[in-house]
Amino acid sequence: MDLVPNVLNGDRRALARLISLIEDDGPPARAALAVLYSYTGRAHVVGVTGAPGTGKSTLVNELAKGLRARGATVGIVAVDPTSPFTGGALLGDRVRMRDLAGDPGIFIRSMATRGSLGGLARATGDAVKVLDAAGFSVVLVETVGVGQAEVDIARTAHTTIVVEAPGLGDDVQALKAGLMEIADVLVVNKADRPGAAQTVRALEVALDLGRNSAGHTGATAWRPPVLKTVALDGSGVGEVLEAIAAHRAYLQASGLWDRRERERAREDLLRALEGELFSHLLCEVGEKELEDWVDRLVRRETDVYTAVQALMGRCFVST
Amino acid sequence: MGKRIRVLIAKPGLDGHDRGAKVVARALRDAGMEVIYTGLRQTPEMIVEAALQEDVDAVGLSILSGAHMTLVPRVVEGLREAGLDHVKVFVGGIIPDEDVPALRSAGVEEIFGPGTSTFSIVEAVRRAVGEE
Repeated sequence: MDLVPNVLNGDRRALARLISLIEDDGPPARAALAVLYSYTGRAHVVGVTGAPGTGKSTLVNELAKGLRARGATVGIVAVDPTSPFTGGALLGDRVRMRDLAGDPGIFIRSMATRGSLGGLARATGDAVKVLDAAGFSVVLVETVGVGQAEVDIARTAHTTIVVEAPGLGDDVQALKAGLMEIADVLVVNKADRPGAAQTVRALEVALDLGRNSAGHTGATAWRPPVLKTVALDGSGVGEVLEAIAAHRAYLQASGLWDRRERERAREDLLRALEGELFSHLLCEVGEKELEDWVDRLVRRETDVYTAVQALMGRCFVST
Repeated sequence: MGKRIRVLIAKPGLDGHDRGAKVVARALRDAGMEVIYTGLRQTPEMIVEAALQEDVDAVGLSILSGAHMTLVPRVVEGLREAGLDHVKVFVGGIIPDEDVPALRSAGVEEIFGPGTSTFSIVEAVRRAVGEE
């Protein structure tokens, strides 16, 4: 089963299979990614994040339609949460994306978080790479419905869209750290509902305050636009598409595109290293010894840091 | 991270509600499967396309309208044409007994009528995709 050449030739079945292999992790997936990696780096990766029910999927549906009309091909990865109790998941983002059916220039993949907490699945970044290598010119990544601090998307995407809706919080929410800070484009969706103007104003004020703080004084610094949409009927979506294009142009002109690529590569490396080191450690130590340490912790015979010192010493001095 | 069973739950045709499909989707989710739910008014072509992109192990079709003898064979046929012969097809909803043999010979794995327990649906899916 040689998936890689087929993926590069645009075989959608091979693409789907490869993403499954990546989700299940293991040597075949890694071998395929090793070959595909040199074909990546061409797609504009756009993240769409925001609280549950703000209209992310509906907006993604509209953005994809607009991008297609402008000649782009669009890969979509839509993430929904895995149950912490059963390991199951209900992936419902396609319900809002039915307009996109039957278009060979679009590929949609639903993905469960499988225990990851940052708003994406562990496999999301690699699935994006596969879609990139397969030649999709834009990859849209929809995160799970997030709270205030699930900001992994900012490391995966070149351009991050944060979707808000009227009536979700006062202006203090807009001042908090976290989600607001990663936005390259802010969208107030459901703008036909009461309170949309106040939400826009609160976001604008928060942005201006940030701009006046230290570190954001450069004349070239990107000021995230705050845009109103009603994704259900498509109004305002054209402006969002223009903002996405403008942000891409800004990233490239300012050199930030290359800097973000470098940060992403670094992050990928560190995370992979972290995962590998951890599994190496668990292999060396073994279930039994680990449980012995837990027992000693419970009996207060040792503490976590002493235990870590001992375990690390055992694993890495000898190798 | 091991393999998870992935199931597409779809409603082909013009049914007005999808309560039954949602109950089944939830039950499969609670059994630890990843369930892709696509909502109402899907064409057989849309269902085949979603099954392919999502790389599912099984497709569950919920039909209440009486159009099953038209829609179900088109889904099964479409899956075959797309090279997805390994994908198991289940049908739930209002299916008269006399239609069951024809659907089975068209390639449907199992047919679930009103009153079927969600437990037996979970078991049937597990069995069909070769787990346990």
